[in-house]
Amino acid sequence: MSKEFICIVCPRGCHIHVDKDMNITGNQCKRGIDYVRTEMTAPKRTLTTTVRTIFEDIPRVSVKTDKPIAKELIYQAMKEINEVLVKKRLRIGDVIIPEILDTDVNIVITKSMELEGYQ
Amino acid sequence: MYEIIVIGGGASGLAAAISAKKANKKVLLIEREHSLGGILNQCIHNGFGLEVFKEEYTGPEYAYKYIEEFNDLNIDYLTDTTAMNLVKRDNIYTVSVSSVKNGLLDYECEAIIISSGCYERTRGQIIMPGDRPNGVITAGSAQRYLNINGYLVGKRVFILGSGDIGLIMARRMHLEGAEVLGVAEIMPYSNGLTRNIVQCLNDFEIPLYLSHTVTNVISDEFKRLKSIVIQAVDENFNPIEGTQKAFDVDTLLLSIGLIPDITLLDDLSVEVDPKTKSAKINQAYETSVEGLFICGNSLQVHDLVDNVSKESERAGRCAAMYLDKVIKTRKKINIVPKKNILFVTPQFIDFGWEFTDLIVSFRANKKIEKALLKISQNEKVIFQKRLFFVVPAEMETVSFPYKDLDKESDLVIELEEL
Repeated sequence: MSKEFICIVCPRGCHIHVDKDMNITGNQCKRGIDYVRTEMTAPKRTLTTTVRTIFEDIPRVSVKTDKPIAKELIYQAMKEINEVLVKKRLRIGDVIIPEILDTDVNIVITKSMELEGYQ
Repeated sequence: MYEIIVIGGGASGLAAAISAKKANKKVLLIEREHSLGGILNQCIHNGFGLEVFKEEYTGPEYAYKYIEEFNDLNIDYLTDTTAMNLVKRDNIYTVSVSSVKNGLLDYECEAIIISSGCYERTRGQIIMPGDRPNGVITAGSAQRYLNINGYLVGKRVFILGSGDIGLIMARRMHLEGAEVLGVAEIMPYSNGLTRNIVQCLNDFEIPLYLSHTVTNVISDEFKRLKSIVIQAVDENFNPIEGTQKAFDVDTLLLSIGLIPDITLLDDLSVEVDPKTKSAKINQAYETSVEGLFICGNSLQVHDLVDNVSKESERAGRCAAMYLDKVIKTRKKINIVPKKNILFVTPQFIDFGWEFTDLIVSFRANKKIEKALLKISQNEKVIFQKRLFFVVPAEMETVSFPYKDLDKESDLVIELEEL
């Protein structure tokens, strides 16, 4: 079974083919090979979403995974993140869920809820 | 009295105000929303800052970097305040602003920087047959409802237009539990960045229908959206009979383009470029009205915020230079877009401004794999560069020395296919 990937490393967007013997063709540079290898073995993505707060002036606050998380865990992570209710004013980088789903990935706030001129 | 007033406190206005202040000017920034940061506040996805900070940030994090610096410089600003009117008399600008707190007020200054961003094209600006139900909404509005206010605007969604905001919203609504049934794009190619097609659509198996458009919108008895019909189009964008596909949806998101917001310039006789739908500028981001500068998405719609920041930082510096010296000559030549060029900025060169390099931004009007960019005067090539994978969805910027130009004849910019 062969598979096709569109490389997202640069704007060129090479269409890269991988056949059943793991021969990689269609890439125009070496970075394409690395990209496809990661995609084939353990694809990861940075997840960004929001969580609820108790504050009227800022009812949702944005969060992200502090490093890419395994693609297959994204839906489970969303479920866990949606359980959170923020009850105090937090700052950028504050962890709201440490080591989500027993990974080494933390869910962190991406928006300062205190900075002047910025809510 | 202020020296410079900046209209808009998003990515563009923040960068422009910071660089003007660093040039020791008395600056006031006016923002109509409650917070600084502009559209970045609702762009919670990542991918910002790779050029400026060499790091990948989310929109709010990117804005925070600039707001911190803005606050450290103690720049004056007004939020919840809308600039309503702008006039120029005896080289002094008067900005009339309105706010709930202070009512109507006038502020005077010597130079203006417009960084008011852009707005989304709506259903009224394209031809879309059918009913006019609730549930047809622009992608950016849906993004604001979801990411700022916390409301998911629908449960079964279709998206018209493959602009980046539409693609980002496809993923976002899918992850929040909505069913995203597809994206239709009338062009044979996507208008969004390739990485967004992969990360936002392919990752979640959301189909992209190229050369397709919405040809019917059907409402239920409560004037809510019930279903839509999409159809393939031929090379003249005419729907092809027999290719209809129907989707039962409660929401149709529109991601069909952005238009610079220059409504504040209505009372000034500013020359407008029909291609960029914004004011024409010289190489100092100055419009045809002296002392009136424009940058960011209100000048030209950008793909990457990093480019907005860099451009606006330069515009802020130019506005400060305008106050420092009297420009004697106003000798101008045009930069004329020719073969395969959709638009170019600046649209003219003003020899009253002296820089070592000329920075030119442009978009191609079609996809070209290998291209030769040529900028020439009197048929003599002044600058050329090979470019790979030029697409209309990605703005290109080049810079080159230009001191020996003929001050009488226009420059021509063109893209040759190799």
